[in-house]
Amino acid sequence: MTAPLVLSLKALSKRFGSVIANDAVSLDLHRGEVLALLGENGAGKTTLMNMLFGHYMPDSGGIDLYDAAGNAHPLTLGHPQAALAAGIGMVHQHFALAENLTALDNIALGSEPLLSLRRDRARTRAKVESIMQRSGLTAPLDTPVGRLSVGERQRVEILKALYRDARILVLDEPTAVLTPQEADSLFHSIGAMTRDGLSVIFISHKLREVLAFSHRIAVLRHGVKVGEMATAEADDRAIARMMVGADTPTTPREPMQPGAPVLHLDKVTLTGTSARDRLQDVTLTVHAHEVLGIAGVSGNGQSALAGVISGLRAPDRGTISVAGTPIAHPDPRAMIRAGIGRIPEDRHHDGIVGAMSVAENMVIERLDEPGIQTNGLLNREAIAENARTLSKSYDVRGPGIDAAARLLSGGNIQKLILARVFEQDPNLILANQPTRGLDMGAAAEVGRRLLEARKRGAGVLLISEDLDEILSLADRIMVIHDGHLTEVTTRDREQIGLAMTGEPA
Amino acid sequence: MIRIEPRPAPPRLLTLGVPVLAALIALALAALPLAFAGADIATAYGEMFKGVFGSLFAFSEMLTRATPLIFTGLAAALAFRARLWNIGAEGQLYLGAMAAVAIGAGAIDAPAIILIPLIVILGAAAGAAGMAVPALLKTRFGADEVVTTLLLNFVILIFVQMMLEGPLKDPMGLGWPQSSPILDQGMLPTLIDRMRVHAGLILALIAAGIAQFMLARSVWGFRLRAVGENAAAACHAGIRVNRTLIGVALISGALAGLAGVGEVAGLKGYLTADLSPGFGYTGIVVAMLAGLSPVGVVIAALFIASVFVGADSMSRAMGVSSYLADLVVSMSLLCVLIGGFFARYRLVRAAKAPA
Repeated sequence: MTAPLVLSLKALSKRFGSVIANDAVSLDLHRGEVLALLGENGAGKTTLMNMLFGHYMPDSGGIDLYDAAGNAHPLTLGHPQAALAAGIGMVHQHFALAENLTALDNIALGSEPLLSLRRDRARTRAKVESIMQRSGLTAPLDTPVGRLSVGERQRVEILKALYRDARILVLDEPTAVLTPQEADSLFHSIGAMTRDGLSVIFISHKLREVLAFSHRIAVLRHGVKVGEMATAEADDRAIARMMVGADTPTTPREPMQPGAPVLHLDKVTLTGTSARDRLQDVTLTVHAHEVLGIAGVSGNGQSALAGVISGLRAPDRGTISVAGTPIAHPDPRAMIRAGIGRIPEDRHHDGIVGAMSVAENMVIERLDEPGIQTNGLLNREAIAENARTLSKSYDVRGPGIDAAARLLSGGNIQKLILARVFEQDPNLILANQPTRGLDMGAAAEVGRRLLEARKRGAGVLLISEDLDEILSLADRIMVIHDGHLTEVTTRDREQIGLAMTGEPA
Repeated sequence: MIRIEPRPAPPRLLTLGVPVLAALIALALAALPLAFAGADIATAYGEMFKGVFGSLFAFSEMLTRATPLIFTGLAAALAFRARLWNIGAEGQLYLGAMAAVAIGAGAIDAPAIILIPLIVILGAAAGAAGMAVPALLKTRFGADEVVTTLLLNFVILIFVQMMLEGPLKDPMGLGWPQSSPILDQGMLPTLIDRMRVHAGLILALIAAGIAQFMLARSVWGFRLRAVGENAAAACHAGIRVNRTLIGVALISGALAGLAGVGEVAGLKGYLTADLSPGFGYTGIVVAMLAGLSPVGVVIAALFIASVFVGADSMSRAMGVSSYLADLVVSMSLLCVLIGGFFARYRLVRAAKAPA
């Protein structure tokens, strides 16, 4: 790339507690360039961009911006205002627009003094219109944003950044919410803008658009930049391998003969408003002594699938059977009674009641049991004894069994949930992203427990965005894409990676 | 630059100290309007104190005033613990009172042993029915209970006025819009001879004790707390959130209804449309001041009742407006809310970002 540098990230590192989100990531961006930032969920892409935009303060490293003459200016870190002033614009996955204001007001909002008495609307409009003409991004300026389509809202966000004279535009998964046609038109506009000298970084999971529209590709995995190449020289298999890594499985999985079916979903359909909560004729069977892994890129229906199996969402069509018996009225209670242990994706939100004690959280699914209650009154001694035993055998560490559960670390909260699930000897364990956000040790512990349950005779449904995890734990693998589930027979990372992006493998 | 960040765990001393401090600050701030009214501040506070603790009668008056506040405070505290915002205790109080006169003012002529329990039970049921409507609207249709309970207060009050001009009107009442008096054997007994404090207070204390015990020790209380603290996790764990909410709603309404029963069957003897000087709303202050703890409700209700009774007596003695009491009550709520914020968050001087 012969174009001059505009931005250089220098060895940025960021830790959240024990999790390393970014480990000395360096990245250069040139004038007029489209750089695609690829990586699995949790690889650290968004964290990196949030440091660039000043939302997060890096633990170490720095950012340099270059002016037209090629002189480097360090960016003041941790201040979004400084990033804005330096010409960095960011469009988040979730838009930040005031729905009751018009598109034009939204674009001007924040760039004008808060207490100015009079606004020069004509000048604002002229400037926005000229930007729209040059970039090809159009939006109805006088319509309240609440009435715009998602694609139009996104264009308003981009126009807002351009209106503030952004030289560098960061787009966080811009096509996740767009139809293919809208996505194509967006990339054509990006092309027009880069010819005007704008530089773009876009975060994406989708190989197709990355290969079609970017100039250069950088791949992050587990917070480390594992590869960087010109798009012209890249091939999809190489990138898929880079994204998912080639680590060898850590937990030995002894071969086992699958037993009787413990969970069967027959043509389960869930009509949702977005791909995130939609399922299309999903059929799957999990047998005893078997781990079924569901691989897929985030937001392709994993939450919907987990919601159905944990009883939170009743399917619109199709049946769920546990150990051969159909569940007539699937709700969390019925699922627990049927012997399904659930490890929820968002352990803080769905897994624990943070304000209640560790001991109470350990029995929250067993309130009807005679040992836990007598005539409606809690057996406090039994509850405490249960908590002491479980804390010991599952190594839950924290301020004690009477302390509020939210005071535990993420790993210990997960151990609390594991303890609650496994001590019930479930027939089936639904593990949704069970190691997300955990450090290596805690993650390995989760894997070990899942395999132990498999050995004991449970079936395990493992939903994960971490392909390494699925390859090391699962006996069979299915891929979820846009609410559809397809079995893959290969254990080849590249093939599975391609299936995850929706391409025929 | 100063930033606000949440405390990892609010210290216990702070959670207990904040309401006490808030109450004292609110009381101290009352000096300002007193000074504006031109009263001698020390004498005014003295009169206020005497108005509550100066005599057995004064003290019994304070207890009488605290009785409905304990009920409405419990009604708010239990509902709020489940994150069910029952702002309708005022209306439910009137429903309870109306049920009490409907049954107790001659409709049934039974001995006290039957009539009193009947009045109490039906009053509670009427209050519960008043809260059942918003609870069903919330769980079925997602209607915001803040709006429905608040607006129902006005509907109920107008309904009470209509009944007092119609079926419940006392034929011997010289045309005043008031109900017939409750039969003598239907009245709750007084606790001290020649004083107004009545058995409703005992009922309120028992209710607070039961509520405290059930919250901490029963499966019902466990479910209520879980739903209130994290409804999503409670639902995930198989707790039926809507059923829990409806149960809490009924109990909350019943407690507010009992406040009304106490006021007519313990104190006034008959129902008028100005039975309650806002006990339902003040109950919310009581509950907040109590940190939503039932035992705390008793203490907070005694404090608020003291302020009301003390300020009344002070205003009579010194000739300043008794609105001072309302002022102290409102300020103590503000102080609690602000204090609660500081108990949960702390101010941190933000480290300057290295350039």
